[in-house]
Amino acid sequence: MKRPEEFPAGMEEALVPWEGSTSRRDFVKTSGLFVLGFSSVGFSGVGGIGRNGSGDPGEANPYPDPDYLQLDSWLVVHEDGTATFYVGKTDGGQGTGTAMRQMMCDELDLAYDRATLVMGRTDMTVDQGGSGGSDAIERDALAARRVAAEARRVLLELASERFEVPADELAVSEGVISVAAEPARTATYGQLIGGRRFDVALTGRNVNETTGLAAVKPVRELKIVGQSVPRYDIPAKVDGSLEWAVDVRLPGMVHARNVRPPFAGARLVSIDESSVRDIPGFIRVFREGNYVAVVCEREEQAIQAAESLALEWEQPETAPFPSSEDLFDYMRGATPVGAGTGTSPRPRVEGDPDAALAGAASVVEAGYDIPFQGHTAIGPAHAVADPSDGQMTVYTNDMKPYSHRTGIAEFLGMPPERVRVIWMEGPQLYGRTAADDAGFEAAYLARELGRPVRMQWMRHEETAWDTKGPAFAIDLRGGLDDAGNVVALDYRARIANYAHVGYNQADTVLIAQLMGIRPERPSPGGGRGPDEMYHIPNRREETRAVRFPLAFETPLRTGNLRDPNGPQTTFAGESFIDEMAAAANADPVEFRLRLLRGTTEDDATFRRARSIAVVEAAAEAFGWEPRPSPREPGDGPILTGRGISYGYRVQTAVATVAEVEVDRESGRVWVKRMVCAHDCGLVINPDGLESTIQGNLLHGISRTLYEEVQFDGERVTSVDWRTHPTLTHRDAPEQIDVVIVNGDPNPDRPDLPHYGAGEPSHRTVPAAIANAIHDATGVRMRRIPLRPERVLAELTAAGA
Amino acid sequence: MRRTVITLRVNGETHSLDVEPSTPLLYVLRNDLGLRGPRFGCGLGQCGTCTVLMDGRAIRSCMRPVSRAEGEITTLEGLSADGELDPVQQAWIDEQVPQCGYCQNGQILTAKALLDRNPDPSDEEIRQGMNGALCRCMTYYRIQSAVRRAAEANR
Ligand code: FES
Ligand code: FES
Repeated sequence: MKRPEEFPAGMEEALVPWEGSTSRRDFVKTSGLFVLGFSSVGFSGVGGIGRNGSGDPGEANPYPDPDYLQLDSWLVVHEDGTATFYVGKTDGGQGTGTAMRQMMCDELDLAYDRATLVMGRTDMTVDQGGSGGSDAIERDALAARRVAAEARRVLLELASERFEVPADELAVSEGVISVAAEPARTATYGQLIGGRRFDVALTGRNVNETTGLAAVKPVRELKIVGQSVPRYDIPAKVDGSLEWAVDVRLPGMVHARNVRPPFAGARLVSIDESSVRDIPGFIRVFREGNYVAVVCEREEQAIQAAESLALEWEQPETAPFPSSEDLFDYMRGATPVGAGTGTSPRPRVEGDPDAALAGAASVVEAGYDIPFQGHTAIGPAHAVADPSDGQMTVYTNDMKPYSHRTGIAEFLGMPPERVRVIWMEGPQLYGRTAADDAGFEAAYLARELGRPVRMQWMRHEETAWDTKGPAFAIDLRGGLDDAGNVVALDYRARIANYAHVGYNQADTVLIAQLMGIRPERPSPGGGRGPDEMYHIPNRREETRAVRFPLAFETPLRTGNLRDPNGPQTTFAGESFIDEMAAAANADPVEFRLRLLRGTTEDDATFRRARSIAVVEAAAEAFGWEPRPSPREPGDGPILTGRGISYGYRVQTAVATVAEVEVDRESGRVWVKRMVCAHDCGLVINPDGLESTIQGNLLHGISRTLYEEVQFDGERVTSVDWRTHPTLTHRDAPEQIDVVIVNGDPNPDRPDLPHYGAGEPSHRTVPAAIANAIHDATGVRMRRIPLRPERVLAELTAAGA
Repeated sequence: MRRTVITLRVNGETHSLDVEPSTPLLYVLRNDLGLRGPRFGCGLGQCGTCTVLMDGRAIRSCMRPVSRAEGEITTLEGLSADGELDPVQQAWIDEQVPQCGYCQNGQILTAKALLDRNPDPSDEEIRQGMNGALCRCMTYYRIQSAVRRAAEANR
């Protein structure tokens, strides 16, 4: 990371500290000096056991990392025989916590309601990275299962000593161990270890490999796994008792609001502080570079001060980016960032696509456009930071509390041991809170002010300045032979993803960018085309990033948005497969199955088998009648059609069928019914899985029909729910069928893995809808979102 | 700026508060009374996360100056009486509606006001009646099932 002092002379100007504040350079220099102490706010020991990392008030490092190689870091058994589990994940409302608790209870042999689970506190839970990539169930829960199994093994050993009976002659049921031959001789987990440490070391080169000596149970012995246990977090979300990150109130806490540049790339010239000095409760204006915030005693005062603050900004000479109207022309016309330089992957080529295209009986060509889409969380970013005693405690809904901690420590120049991050519930994560700006801002201001600070973004700020899913312009060419087989596929994507924001990086969060801090080099997004298992002998796939004049301090900064790149690439890929099916006059389901069954020669048999299983299951559950698309159009004002789309993500296979109604007079599209066949291996909680898939599907409908970040050549103009519409109650489908599939070639195997479900189904939605619209109307929608105006214009242009 | 003592009736209790009269009710409920049900989502009257009931009608507390918060205010916390959940809340648990849950205050109170007004709404009336309450986890499908379930429980 480039610190301000390393910037060339010209940049220094922008970094002149606001008079009266500690300059960034000063606090970086003085970062070694801290008053030692232990802040007790929010901390409680658990079950009378000093947790790893709980620290002693006199110790120099109050918040060291819990050691993943100690069983006690993961699991505590209390005197009453209940247990507390500690996992380094967070839960965005998809039931991750409930599912992990089910799995750990099963391995431990403890009733589900006899355990609780603590998530995402850097001082109490081992670093499993927090959330992301839908990996909690797939990867982290496996480590958690092994640890719980190890605890059970140790408890059996303790019972064996107590009863002087070999462990294999003992029986375990719901936290009670008995001698198999003499069932009256029993000991509870509480009696065996309650309130005491296990003091058992685990092994593993990293947290994901953590294991003890015990093996996890085979699938058939799992009793709680597979049940639709109600989510433990729901009652408190329904009766109003839950304390959310937005609710944290500390003694002496003050309220902060940011003031953002009115134009992208604007330079702050001056601030007239007299414009806010008389606001009651006004405390201070902070400025460093182009970062500005106001702090007041009360929340409404801070809002007023942020609105009233008079500033002079200088607009950049060059337009920072094209307008959203010109975006795709710009992207196709721009010279992309160099391929194969490490910033943009080399094209992947199989066979000889050019020759195959040249020799094809027919060639299909189409281009697809997907705009920038925001997270636009229902609740804007927020955090509370407490700088008491020279430490820093941040209360946040950041989904990756561990990198939030290290990022903030680096940003403030503090040792990580003095920083802790406490994850609390908040609005949806979906990648937005993998780089939660508000926590950095709150910590910075709290540090400067020496008081706890609550930072809250406003709506316009969140919608305009949150991290964006990148825009894609994708051009495809496909070759068909005489029999309608796909012989070649050429995929070229340009993505507006030049400076992708990482996970809580001290040099890419917004406050750092506005202060003039820059990463060593930008990290352009690359990635691959749609993940599918089609057998196509000749292929090319190329994804290259393009850049805008303004790479930093831009509201079009890109970051991970639910299933990053999946909806964009799958929209193009699965729309195009449909276009080729139509060109071959083939049924879209049959056409896909033919491509999936094309070969068994490679090592992907397992993936293909599961892909075929979901496509077949979706078609069957929908009642798919084989015929080519489009159908004979009806005469009435409402046209109906069906479309299918399939996708593969990590190890989860999904196929989705959408049934739509298109109002030919207004252009309104209603997705009336959805069927989603989903194979994520072993299902932990069927109802939780169904809820998660429903959310993915509806979020997908919203992105397909409504969501687009709009901007002129100066700024983002999508700033609220009117200028950035979202799916509403009116649009909810009438029926959603989730079909859980187990397409594993060996479906009853005892080690059937559990794969992720938080994202995979999301990617299938846009193409399913576009294909259904084509089926209904004969018109191809190649640019999302499909707001009524666009659909009407396309229908009119096609005379449909 | 003028400060006056404002009297508020919230969840059956009377509070006298010394705040600037133009302060949105939302911030008084959250910051002065320590309530957690109503939450900030937009401050523009567009999303519904800040919803409270005022004499049984769902209003958006982000748009209502505290000086004009006359009448009996009920927040999510006040919906359950003596530890007994309102049938709407129970339906939300039975249908396992929330994902993140941030919007659900607004969903539940909008549904409560809807059902008080129209105890047996059609599917179309549910869609229309609930339409202004946004959910970015897109739990609409389950919310609508829960409204139907609560209507049945009330029957
Ligand atoms: S916060 Fe009041 S309507 Fe959105
Ligand atoms: S449940 Fe998350 S916004 Fe509605």
